[in-house]
Amino acid sequence: MNDLLAARSQMGMSLAFHIIFAVVGIGMPLLMVMAERRWLVTGDPVYLELAKRWSKGTAIMFAVGAVSGTVLSFELGLLWPGFMEFAGPIFGMPFSLEGFAFFVEAIFLGIYLYGWERLSGRAHLWAGIVVALSGALSGIFVVIANAWMNTPTGFTMVDGKPAGIDPIAAIFNPSALTQTIHMTLAAYAATGFGVAGIHAFLLLKKPANAFHRRALTVALLVGGPAALLQPISGDRSAKMVARHQPAKLAAMEAHFHTESGAPLIIGGIPDEETGQARYAIRIPYLLSVLAHGDAQAEVTGLDRVPRDEWPNVLLVHLSFEVMIALGTFMMAITAWATWLAWRGRELAEDRAFLRGMALATPMGFLAVEAGWMATELGRQPWIIHGVMRTADAVTPVPGLIVPFTFFTLLYCALSVAVVWLMYRQIARSPTAEDWQRIYTPVLRDA
Amino acid sequence: MPEITPALLIAGGVVVALAAYLVMAGADFGGGVWDLFATGPRRKRQRALIADAIGPVWEANHVWLILAVVLLFVCFPSAFARLSVTLHIPLTLMLVGIVLRGSAFTFRTYDSQRDDVQRRWGVLFSWASLVTPVLLGVAAGTIAAGGIPARPSGTFIEAYVHPWLQPFPLAIGALALSLCAYLAAVYLTVETDDPELQDDFRLRAFGAGIGVFVAAMVALSVAWRQVPLVWHGLTASPWAPGYQVVVGGLALLTFAALWQRRFRLARIAAPIQAVLILGGWALCQYPYLLPPELTIAAAAAPDATLDLVLGALALGFIVLVPSLVYLFRVFKTRPQRA
Repeated sequence: MNDLLAARSQMGMSLAFHIIFAVVGIGMPLLMVMAERRWLVTGDPVYLELAKRWSKGTAIMFAVGAVSGTVLSFELGLLWPGFMEFAGPIFGMPFSLEGFAFFVEAIFLGIYLYGWERLSGRAHLWAGIVVALSGALSGIFVVIANAWMNTPTGFTMVDGKPAGIDPIAAIFNPSALTQTIHMTLAAYAATGFGVAGIHAFLLLKKPANAFHRRALTVALLVGGPAALLQPISGDRSAKMVARHQPAKLAAMEAHFHTESGAPLIIGGIPDEETGQARYAIRIPYLLSVLAHGDAQAEVTGLDRVPRDEWPNVLLVHLSFEVMIALGTFMMAITAWATWLAWRGRELAEDRAFLRGMALATPMGFLAVEAGWMATELGRQPWIIHGVMRTADAVTPVPGLIVPFTFFTLLYCALSVAVVWLMYRQIARSPTAEDWQRIYTPVLRDA
Repeated sequence: MPEITPALLIAGGVVVALAAYLVMAGADFGGGVWDLFATGPRRKRQRALIADAIGPVWEANHVWLILAVVLLFVCFPSAFARLSVTLHIPLTLMLVGIVLRGSAFTFRTYDSQRDDVQRRWGVLFSWASLVTPVLLGVAAGTIAAGGIPARPSGTFIEAYVHPWLQPFPLAIGALALSLCAYLAAVYLTVETDDPELQDDFRLRAFGAGIGVFVAAMVALSVAWRQVPLVWHGLTASPWAPGYQVVVGGLALLTFAALWQRRFRLARIAAPIQAVLILGGWALCQYPYLLPPELTIAAAAAPDATLDLVLGALALGFIVLVPSLVYLFRVFKTRPQRA
């Protein structure tokens, strides 16, 4: 493994690890706040129990997110000093704002987690609302910085150096809006489905448990709408990619040959040598419609891109397809839940639905991972699209396989610990005494 | 008087963030150190007090470091790039420390309360708390000693190990560690009403205070031969005499306050002393960001960026300061009733 590949692997692995905790840090505060508000409004102690238990899970996830995020902020320099020296002053503004948003989030999360006995109900709820808002905001700022790497604006190149720097123009780069909406929705969908899925699984075992029933409802209220809106946002993102990063779009869609009225290629295994996707389903004209909103529009294929500027078509296409497949399944589950609720049926008593829901538990997170793989690998070989190659940004420090291996092992160990602790929090709770208290006889009324 | 430029203001902002990190997060690391060295019959109570003191605030305190890093890479990108290359090894190890400290502390809080489980996470948490400030100090010491070249040269060892594996950076590492332990011990005396625990940490504060003194003297004597910039700044600059009087006076004041068990006074004097030690480093370096040649002005990003970041800093602090005050009021004012 050469140093460039080791650096890319370490960055990718660090991001893949961190994004799980970042997503939970955005989604969970909203769930906690909704449960706590239901408690304040209804006085139903099950909701209080829910808010408290969720906040414990959030505390674990947030801590790991905070420290793994710190790792990333240093790794930007440790692995890509050339990139940061060039880009820092241009795209750094969102990071400074993110610094403050994250600061506020950390402060009020401390107040929320440790302040149950020290604050009034209203003050405590407001602390939670601040956490939810600042968490979403810090995610948005970071994604804006990433969007700039895809569609860099706010500077001109003079003799290989940036000039006329305009950080505001960099913030409002073309991809910023579509990417931040897509990622924020993804965070809510992934967290909502993750939580709803776990409680659906537990409801399969204990169908009458009021705790899990209410948890399922609150989590679906967050995850469901996000999953329904996500395809619309994805369509906007795809059109943006088609306009500004045709090579990435072509790789995502395994679209090798420029043509008008291009078909959509679903699945299949793209072969860069032959320029064909084997075993794929082709839907005529659909790619032209999706990419440019016109069945006859010409869609740029990889044949218009110099061969040394191709991303890895196989990986980008497969990641993209996995994301779409998972998103489609989550959308279908939401439609199912909506239909059941429309018909006045109790979700918790439909075992087929609960099975589908439980199956969807990891899907939002997997879709987030796949989506980031698609967009990041799809930008290669560039670190700043069209401006700086990843190979030119990497640190001169040799032996990068050592930190890569070390961080991989460290994060594997942390993952095991987190999974174990979450399992303790979720599966072993509520404890025997709590069971009796919150085991309200819902079934008898039904 | 130097001309006040946006770059100078932001460099000042970095120093403020680092100072806040030292007196807030530094004490959290120090708490971990005292967790490691918890001894005697009150071992368990000492550890519980430390955990209670750190729990609600460590994540917020930690963000000061992120703020400093972000300011550095947005406003002084060439300096950030150079630092990241030459200090790759100590900074990577420091990150491992940061990851292990934070996660082990949180895992300990939410894992089984059985003794053996708690001890296992505790060992990880406390060792990481000890190692991290040393590495941060080593990084700072390397900068002060002028060990960050424009581009690395020579063999791997010459380029990536020699610059920081030197007496001065190591002495600053020891100074950082003893400062953290000192601050933590002083703070912990006011975190409890229990006179026995107060005495435990009073004793530890004396010990760590002596450690600070010894490490500072060692660093200074190394600086005499090897780091003229620091030696000159602390002994021969126009501000040196006043500086020495104030820092020395504060050290004596803290010790006297601890001696008389006036813990609240010590709680105020000790962090000011720590901030001044950090400030002394900054003053020695001025106008250099990375001695011996990269100045603040030369490393600065274009004005368009600096002006915006200054605006963001102002806005950010308007949000941040009241939030922090609220946080510390909720958790650091003990309920007066028993």
